[in-house]
Amino acid sequence: MNYLGKDVELKVVGTRPIRPDGVEKVIGRAAFGADFRVAGMIHGKVLRSPHAHARIKSIDTSKAEALKGVRAVITANDLPNIPSEEAFVGEGPANFRDMSLNTIARDKVLYDGHAVAAVAATSPSIAEEALRLIDVEYEVLPNVIDVEEAMKPDAPILHDDLFTQGVDPKPTKASNIAKRMEFKLGDSASAFSKADVIVERKYKTAPVHQAYIEPHACVVSYGADGQAQIWCSSQGQFMVRAYCAKLLGMDIADIRVFPLEIGGGFGGKTLVYLEPLALALSRKSGKPVKMTMSREEVFRGSGPTSGGAINVKIGATKNGRIVAAECEVMLQAGAFPGSPIGPALMTPFAMYDLSDVTIWGYDVVSNRPKVAAYRAPGAPVSTFATESAVDELAKQLDMDPLELRLINAAKDGTKAVYGPTLKDIGFVETLEAAKSSSHWNSPLGDAAPGKRRGRGMASGFWFNIGGESSGATYVNEDGTITVVSGNPDIGGSRASMGMMAAEVLGMDVKDVRTVVGDTTSVGFSFLTGGSRVTFATGMAVTQSAEMVRDELCKRAALLWEIPAEAVEWKDGKAYPAGENAGKFDPLTIADIAGKSARTGGPITGKASINAQGAGPGYATHICDLEVDEETGHTTVLRYTAIQDVGKAIHPSYVEGQLQGGAVQGIGWALNEEYVYTKDGRLDNAGFLDYRIPVASDLPMIETILVEVPNPRHPFGVKGVGEPPIVPPMAAVANAMENATGVRMSSLPMSPPRVRAALDASEG
Amino acid sequence: MYAPTFAAPQSVDEAVRMLGADGAKPLSGGTDLIVQLKSGRNRPAAVVDLKKIPGLVGVEETSDGFVIGAATAGAQLGEHAGLVAAYPGIVEGAELIGSTQVQGRASLAGNLCNASPAADSIPCLAAAGAIAVVVGPNGEREMKVSEVPAGPGRTNLAKGEFIKCFKLKKPTANSSDAYLRFIPRTEMDIAVVGAGVNITRDGSSGPIKSATVWLGAVAPTIVEVDASCIVGTSLDDAALAKLDAAAQSVCNPIDDKRGTVEYRTKVAGVLARRAATIAFKRAGER
Ligand SMILES: Cc1cc2nc3c(=O)[nH]c(=O)nc-3n(C[C@H](O)[C@H](O)[C@H](O)COP(=O)(O)OP(=O)(O)OC[C@H]3O[C@@H](n4cnc5c(N)ncnc54)[C@H](O)[C@@H]3O)c2cc1C
Repeated sequence: MNYLGKDVELKVVGTRPIRPDGVEKVIGRAAFGADFRVAGMIHGKVLRSPHAHARIKSIDTSKAEALKGVRAVITANDLPNIPSEEAFVGEGPANFRDMSLNTIARDKVLYDGHAVAAVAATSPSIAEEALRLIDVEYEVLPNVIDVEEAMKPDAPILHDDLFTQGVDPKPTKASNIAKRMEFKLGDSASAFSKADVIVERKYKTAPVHQAYIEPHACVVSYGADGQAQIWCSSQGQFMVRAYCAKLLGMDIADIRVFPLEIGGGFGGKTLVYLEPLALALSRKSGKPVKMTMSREEVFRGSGPTSGGAINVKIGATKNGRIVAAECEVMLQAGAFPGSPIGPALMTPFAMYDLSDVTIWGYDVVSNRPKVAAYRAPGAPVSTFATESAVDELAKQLDMDPLELRLINAAKDGTKAVYGPTLKDIGFVETLEAAKSSSHWNSPLGDAAPGKRRGRGMASGFWFNIGGESSGATYVNEDGTITVVSGNPDIGGSRASMGMMAAEVLGMDVKDVRTVVGDTTSVGFSFLTGGSRVTFATGMAVTQSAEMVRDELCKRAALLWEIPAEAVEWKDGKAYPAGENAGKFDPLTIADIAGKSARTGGPITGKASINAQGAGPGYATHICDLEVDEETGHTTVLRYTAIQDVGKAIHPSYVEGQLQGGAVQGIGWALNEEYVYTKDGRLDNAGFLDYRIPVASDLPMIETILVEVPNPRHPFGVKGVGEPPIVPPMAAVANAMENATGVRMSSLPMSPPRVRAALDASEG
Repeated sequence: MYAPTFAAPQSVDEAVRMLGADGAKPLSGGTDLIVQLKSGRNRPAAVVDLKKIPGLVGVEETSDGFVIGAATAGAQLGEHAGLVAAYPGIVEGAELIGSTQVQGRASLAGNLCNASPAADSIPCLAAAGAIAVVVGPNGEREMKVSEVPAGPGRTNLAKGEFIKCFKLKKPTANSSDAYLRFIPRTEMDIAVVGAGVNITRDGSSGPIKSATVWLGAVAPTIVEVDASCIVGTSLDDAALAKLDAAAQSVCNPIDDKRGTVEYRTKVAGVLARRAATIAFKRAGER
């Protein structure tokens, strides 16, 4: 059933109760990955490659093994050498062999920071000392870092057995281009003839890290009976279980994963790095093993998302109708294939109703860490380019960029280039909300001498996913409710799960406790990603709560000895439905729970579903900024994020998602990048020189929630976590152009680059 | 396994003796040293904490000026009203270091002897002509602050020597200073360029009588700019343009993750001008 109609009065959904997991986090007691410990545990550390590309000639671990306190040393030989096997992983395709080789290198190291060996010892410092005693002999190979360099015919080849997929005829020469993909609607090549104005430009974005505050961490205990327990912070306890089973050659039933609190993931914790190594170390040493990454290891060995090079061409008529669009995306995958090239191609034109579009791209490997998902993987890269180009088009047409978008906006019935016909979308509504916002209607204000101000806007799309999810609702003996979710809570989902269950049961949300189950206490759930949890797992939890509500009515009927249909559930109590049902005092959940032994035993609802019908998310952002002409320093003065969220279950957390996405996007736009030395070593593996925004860099991010409900979710939910990172880069670049007259087509727009661009524009 | 010894001597003599040992390093706030020790970049055999030595922590206002204990934390400098009034530029440089937490520890001596060309408190100390009082096996000597750094990570202190305190002369009438640094963000960053300017005016509304300008992060050590071009002026546009050019001409920076040669050079000119403008205004108010 659904709770969408105008006549449905919601009492819990849409309110802002206090965050259920907040207190423990605020006082510092919540147990994150690195906080967890078990008796008798020892400490694991990873030896990482100092080379960007090298053949491993030999690894001598004998001196490390001899060090007092060392309990185990492993190399790739301690894990099975698994064959190539394609899998759909997280938010993109991957290969289990590659995942294994990314966890620990076998014959070659492919990036600075690639793991080559690991040690477990009685203390972290002994483990570190042991790492220094491992002799690895490398034959250093030429490396390639940049995506376009990697595509050149004479580039150093990372994988001898990688042949470009998706091209005809099948190539016979190995390449760093793993795959070519294309989506096509109509005939863009000939449609350009209808255009009065054509803009064409090349763009570039830098790879950026997810920059979660909590480094990867786990504790793993491999039992003498071959059963293992893993405590870790991740975006999916079932994901960790599945990947570890694959990588270690274990049965899934032999691994139990306990999710700990997670200090940010943003997609970067949809993979395993340490867990398989800790399993191998625990198996070898017979002791529980704890591993945590340092910040430097996080930068050198995990994430980031792809950088890319993008060519865009858009043509429009004089009155602003876009008649043809093309986009080519070269996306960097890191050391192994599997950049989010698919989503990067699906998304950047999905804001518009277009008849003739071609979009194609390449998945390209180079000597950098293998990319991991990062909010709306791929979309921010390609959308930076297309939304910058749309702005340029508006300028050439002398049109308001918002009006230009309204003229071309996708609506219900628009066919997207990647296949589906869009329905129940709220893009126009975000544009209208932007148009009537206080931000859009306020003057920009005058810049101080030597500074220039500008305003820009941009939009973005993310399709959102559903998928397999489980949830359960248990009635406790005292009438309180426990809700179990199968998904780690990375954005406040415990609050929304509990709120949906409370709404269904007509209860006060504080009487509902939501926990994230371990892999044996709730049914399988696909990982937390794709903005799917409040949609898909929320649907499962809602169904489980409805089962409980129906069961409560049945039990009341048994107690009253009337038919179940004659009981009605209202405000958390069972009532006889009408006069004919009989005269009884209402029964509370506690009343029914207290007598459940007499009516059939414990009352429980469980739902495991494959949720379909995720509603796509659209976002429109407005940015005001000021540039210091002499230093190239940019200050964001005002920023508003507007998004169609379907239905905000807990509006504060939805606003938080919008603000967080905008802030990460602003960092991506202005300062974030990886700096490599000439020999391919990462030179800024820390927050000092990898510059995410700090609080004092930013204004309060304003938000406007637009609610066009998704009829395929009981409360109308659409995924909200990913769309807000899609528009910011273009919004900032468009504001920069508005301020300075200079089109910055390369990210980041860091002060040296801005100053150089300003100098160049003045000739 | 690496495990340094740690000692906190109570007197200068004891500290000098301990620091005479091979591989011994002085510790003030530890905001550089402990970070380096943890990362493995610096692995001294012995760490000698100077903060327990009388006189090493604290600011004293004397009839000649100020004596600042070498290990005094930035936060304490900012709490000393007399010092803030006399040398606002030195204090604002010191207070730019790190965050509130780092401020509770980070010292001038550590900033100077870590010998980063980007150290924020050093250009204004040099511009003020600050003196470092150095003690060691051969007794006590005085060095100009600007003579202490020898290059990135290296100082001109001899083995066993450490800085006991800094001496600042009492500022003359109508003199003041200012420090500006450029960072891509607004805090928690290392200077891409820093400029410290000390100016004395001829009366509260008069022209510049003397000026000293030092730049950070544009050469292996801080460098002095020939500021004679602004002496006698009231910082009109022509004077500022000359200062900009003079600042750019002494730059010898590197291309690195924090900035390019070209960018650093240009911004050095910009900051020299801007810091001079602030110092000039402040000098008129004193
Ligand atoms: C998060 C963070 C942010 C930072 N931000 C900045 C910044 O914005 N600007 C900036 O300039 N710096 C910054 N730093 C670096 C550091 O805080 C400063 O250089 C600080 O002034 C060092 O002082 P300290 O007392 O902590 O030095 P320590 O770490 O104690 O010592 C530093 C060096 O000086 C030597 N030394 C210490 N005292 C003496 C002495 N009396 N005589 C001789 N040698 C001595 C030590 O042996 C060591 O080699 C930052 C550091 C951190 C951790």
